[in-house]
Amino acid sequence: MYSKKAMSYFKKPVNIGGMDDADAIGEVGNLVCGDVMKIYLKIKDNVITKATFETFGCVSAIASSSMLTEMVKGKTIEEALKITKQDVIDALDGLPAIKIHCSVLATEALAKAVENYRK
Amino acid sequence: MKYNNIYTDYAATTPVDPRVVRAMMPYFLTNIGNPASMHKMGQNNLKVLEKCRNTVASFVGAQTKEIVFTGSASESNNLALKGTMWANKAKGNHLIVSSVEHDCVLESAKWLSKNGFEVSYLPVDEYGMINPKDVEKTIKKNTVLVSVMQANNEIGTMNPISEIAEICHKNGVLFHTDAVQTCGKIPVNVQEIGADLLTASSHKMYGPKGAAFLYIKTGTKIEPWMHGGGQENGMRSSTVNMPAIVGFAKAIEIAKKEMAGDEKRLIILRDKLIKNILEKIPTAKLNGHPIKRLPNIASFRFAYIEGESIIYWLNEYGIMASTGSACSSPKLTPSHVLMACGLRKEEIHGSLRLSLGKWTKEKDVDFIIDKIQIIVKKLNKLSPFIKK
Repeated sequence: MYSKKAMSYFKKPVNIGGMDDADAIGEVGNLVCGDVMKIYLKIKDNVITKATFETFGCVSAIASSSMLTEMVKGKTIEEALKITKQDVIDALDGLPAIKIHCSVLATEALAKAVENYRK
Repeated sequence: MKYNNIYTDYAATTPVDPRVVRAMMPYFLTNIGNPASMHKMGQNNLKVLEKCRNTVASFVGAQTKEIVFTGSASESNNLALKGTMWANKAKGNHLIVSSVEHDCVLESAKWLSKNGFEVSYLPVDEYGMINPKDVEKTIKKNTVLVSVMQANNEIGTMNPISEIAEICHKNGVLFHTDAVQTCGKIPVNVQEIGADLLTASSHKMYGPKGAAFLYIKTGTKIEPWMHGGGQENGMRSSTVNMPAIVGFAKAIEIAKKEMAGDEKRLIILRDKLIKNILEKIPTAKLNGHPIKRLPNIASFRFAYIEGESIIYWLNEYGIMASTGSACSSPKLTPSHVLMACGLRKEEIHGSLRLSLGKWTKEKDVDFIIDKIQIIVKKLNKLSPFIKK
């Protein structure tokens, strides 16, 4: 059902956990639906220097969260916001169609974090 | 690291006992006559078919002619509900089913409700158990049939079905029970239960897929659902699946001898699993009744983590299990059984069912206990709901 790459990001997710000195935090999803993602960003001179995450959810929720935190590292906020759901899915060599709508929350969590940061 | 497979999904389907496979083989290769044929090979198989029917009947305390072989438990349940409601239209149009039945019962009920019949759904308590008093309250003048499963396939809770049957009969109502998870695991007797109709399946008791039966008590009015050549005394047209039925009967012969010992052994393993998981994992809770449960099903829920993730991690360690989480279902809906128990959706997301069987060893259970602790720790680390 899942690609090798998605499974490897699920089994050995990178950038996990919270961040005590985060400059921005974004949380999306809800417990009732079954997927919640929280993203933590460290931002310096408009560049994301570090991103970590915590996710409640299935394989694709965890894998896509981890993947996005890898993808945004070193990017400016504007560049990071340009990453689409599809970019995350492609980076994982695809995800099952049924999972895409509910479990790929990462880009929304990022947008939320940036929104909070800019407030 | 490569792990050996540990199968703990026996409630979904069981492996076929090698002795059953051996008994079936001649019916694929040499004894291939159609029991409806007049020649020797056909007539020989007709005799074997009736012997199998007798084996099944005596196993559940029925008369031979009261057993109708079908292709699956879903088919038996469809026939029980649709056939009985249809045949008893003159008496009434009201059907009562429990809210934790298997989908094949619930979907049959739904179809009936779309076709002029009235359906009531019985609630369950927090353990998923049906209260006989609720059955009594729900029965009306036009009630024809009540269908309540003997034990639930997801959480293992056993229902007081003989009490329910008694209430039905006091009110002139027929009683059907889905005994798919019990028959072959614990003693099932149609007389003791007081069932008018009872469903059981071969592939849940180490027999092959493709064989099941419906017990129909003599005198029960029921309309056949599958029309054709008139096999099974007109109740189920279709060419008789000889190898599967021979296998089913062999599985029952084995169960007769080995069931009691298996049951004792499985209860010990199940209880070890439950005790250790609940003791060692503070976020774990048991689903289903603590005592009145099937010998082989342990169902849990883990707070703050999601079931599909648990299943995939177990899979990495070679452990095959299942979950009621919405994420794992093709419809993306959480388990209707756990919903009926009053659990919140977020609790259901973290559910896990382990069902044990004949070939589950104590060292498998120890391995599972060990690995579940590791998995829960891993997923807790990722969870946004746990303060670190």
